[in-house]
Amino acid sequence: MTIAATVHEGDEGTGSPYALSHLDALESEAVHIFREVAGEFERPVILFSGGKDSIVMLHLALKAFTPAAVPFSLLHVDTGHNFPEVLDYRDRTVEHHGLRLHIASVQDYIDRGTLRERPDGTRNPLQTLPLTEKIQTERFDAVFGGGRRDEEKARAKERVFSLRDEFSQWDPRRQRPELWNLYNGRHAPGEHVRVFPLSNWTELDVWQYIAREAITLPDIYFAHEREVFRRAGMWLTAGQWGGPKDGETVEKRLVRYRTVGDMSCTGAVDSDATTLDAVITEIAASRLTERGATRADDKMSEAAMEDRKREGYF
Amino acid sequence: MTTPTTTGPLADTTLLRFATAGSVDDGKSTLVGRLLHDSKSVLTDQLEAVAHASRNRGQDTPDLALLTDGLRAEREQGITIDVAYRYFATPRRRFILADTPGHVQYTRNMVTGASTAELTVILVDARNGVVEQTRRHAAIAALLRVPHVVLAVNKMDLVDYREPVFAAIAEEFTAYATELGVPEVTAIPISALAGDNVVEPSATMDWYGGPTVLEHLETVPVSHDLSHCHARLPVQYVIRPQTAEHPDYRGYAGQIAAGSFRVGEDVTVLPSGRSSRIAGIDLLGEPVQVAWTTQSVTLLLEDDIDISRGDLIVPGEDAPPTTQDIEATVCHVADQALTVGHRVLLKHGTRTVKAIVKDIPSRLTLDDLSLHPHPGQLVANDIGRVKIRTAEPLPVDAYADSRRTGSFILIDPSDGTTLTAGMVGESFAAPDPVKDPADDDGWDF
Repeated sequence: MTIAATVHEGDEGTGSPYALSHLDALESEAVHIFREVAGEFERPVILFSGGKDSIVMLHLALKAFTPAAVPFSLLHVDTGHNFPEVLDYRDRTVEHHGLRLHIASVQDYIDRGTLRERPDGTRNPLQTLPLTEKIQTERFDAVFGGGRRDEEKARAKERVFSLRDEFSQWDPRRQRPELWNLYNGRHAPGEHVRVFPLSNWTELDVWQYIAREAITLPDIYFAHEREVFRRAGMWLTAGQWGGPKDGETVEKRLVRYRTVGDMSCTGAVDSDATTLDAVITEIAASRLTERGATRADDKMSEAAMEDRKREGYF
Repeated sequence: MTTPTTTGPLADTTLLRFATAGSVDDGKSTLVGRLLHDSKSVLTDQLEAVAHASRNRGQDTPDLALLTDGLRAEREQGITIDVAYRYFATPRRRFILADTPGHVQYTRNMVTGASTAELTVILVDARNGVVEQTRRHAAIAALLRVPHVVLAVNKMDLVDYREPVFAAIAEEFTAYATELGVPEVTAIPISALAGDNVVEPSATMDWYGGPTVLEHLETVPVSHDLSHCHARLPVQYVIRPQTAEHPDYRGYAGQIAAGSFRVGEDVTVLPSGRSSRIAGIDLLGEPVQVAWTTQSVTLLLEDDIDISRGDLIVPGEDAPPTTQDIEATVCHVADQALTVGHRVLLKHGTRTVKAIVKDIPSRLTLDDLSLHPHPGQLVANDIGRVKIRTAEPLPVDAYADSRRTGSFILIDPSDGTTLTAGMVGESFAAPDPVKDPADDDGWDF
């Protein structure tokens, strides 16, 4: 076999034409994971919130099976405090690709009295029960999440295929070693596997990929004027969910969101980045990690994420 | 596929997966912390948390080792369990680090980390030199056929930065690793605590003219000359849209495990042995003429033959033998033992078949590479030879030729536990008597 001089991928300095850029390598790995699940599971579902990580996951799934349809449905755990722009994006995306969307609603659980509102108004920790019950009733056996191992210390030990028992619990000592790229998805009836195709991506990789693939995002990821107030060192959006309270004053600021979650605990950052390139430049220069800057729920305690993962959180 | 020619944060770089081996006492956490810290990959809030935790423990300077502490159980016991993955980048390259604890009982974690690594950093304490554990780490790197090995001789500050101390350790280690068939050893004298030669060149060791650890990580080749590699595509999934737009599309999707494929080439499908020709290659929706490892692709063939998940597509004149009798070197990774007569599932590529452990001819002690004949069983962290009979013929390569199609895992059919990591063929590569730089050693990832 001769090597063609026409291959245009270059690995600078190695002299080999057969190189992959870091984004191509990550993309190929994620596609391999999606196809592995399609081949080995009966009822996979993608957790889709309309946030950037789940948008990238769906984009990769679409590429993995093109020109055929994605053989998975979508699931959104709706806290009832989501940004309207994001819900609108979610619905348009589902319709555009002809996908099926399941919704697990925290509000329904609160209305029924099964879950109680927390004093601080945060609903992120309340997502676990609706999620796990939906997985049980729909008998999903593989659940794709957008979690990345660079996000947080407990996640650094997470597997690409993460086994959960019938209570969706994560036991760090029961996780299987992942050897080569041989994923082991075997599980008992009632158990399921959480699958993280973006395990090896960083926040910057995700943004670079969004730019490269020209993926459209909800507008709140870019700088815009918004009425916000300061709480626990973050800019929160004023709204029905419980803010501002006494002593908190609303002001109009130019902000953007780095992550999109529950309005009550997702903070905006001051920014004038209105384009993808400007956002990426800002992130590359940023000296704060994604969650440290914008997620109140992870600041609760050093072991907060570990505890919630054990209970069946994402 | 687009390759933007931009620079700065948008620039495409390459990706290196590497692993570390060494114990807490060798300063491994400090080395990793130093790599992350000095390459400016640690962010303000993480550093604040480390400074805060260090003060709580009564330490007056931030303990960089705390950057890599994971779970509460580990923090309480002051140990690291399991493999943790770390991510950092420089303008030249993106890195994925499999950070594995070096304690003796964690052989399986080192094997796990090394299985996807193209480079392993082995740490030794300059005061102790090459010890039993160092030999174990070298043996695992050799068994797993990790292409590049770095020997980081740490704590040079405690031996007054003396060159003879470093030279003696480097020589002893290189001789040992070469004997095991490790193709390339790069020895670097460092002080992780003081920062010498990790990211910044050492001001003290002017006798050392080589790269720092980070420089070496940035420049080591990550792509291979594939002209000597067998091309292999394990079929993951058959894509059949059956829509008005694509009524007859039938594509065989998978990640190229080794080598490269080109439109127009003759191929054989295993285990059936049917032949056809590549009519087209779809690279995630883009038609291409050629594709190579580790791209995820979809192959289109000229003939409508019966192909399904678990099959292997190979070049017409370069098919591996199919066999139901596999002899391999394994690392046992589960708490329950592997015994002769054990009925298991074997996953190779994209195919999972029933299998039975026919024999365990020997167990290998990594410290001195001595063989213990017929141990009867392998327990967690044991390395040994096994003979396996599979229920169906499998097209297996020697692990030495192809890490992805020469490897397999054994799974317990009752509860799905991953039992064993297997590598087909001989344990160690024969040492190269004369290293010819033009000679490709055929390892690929």
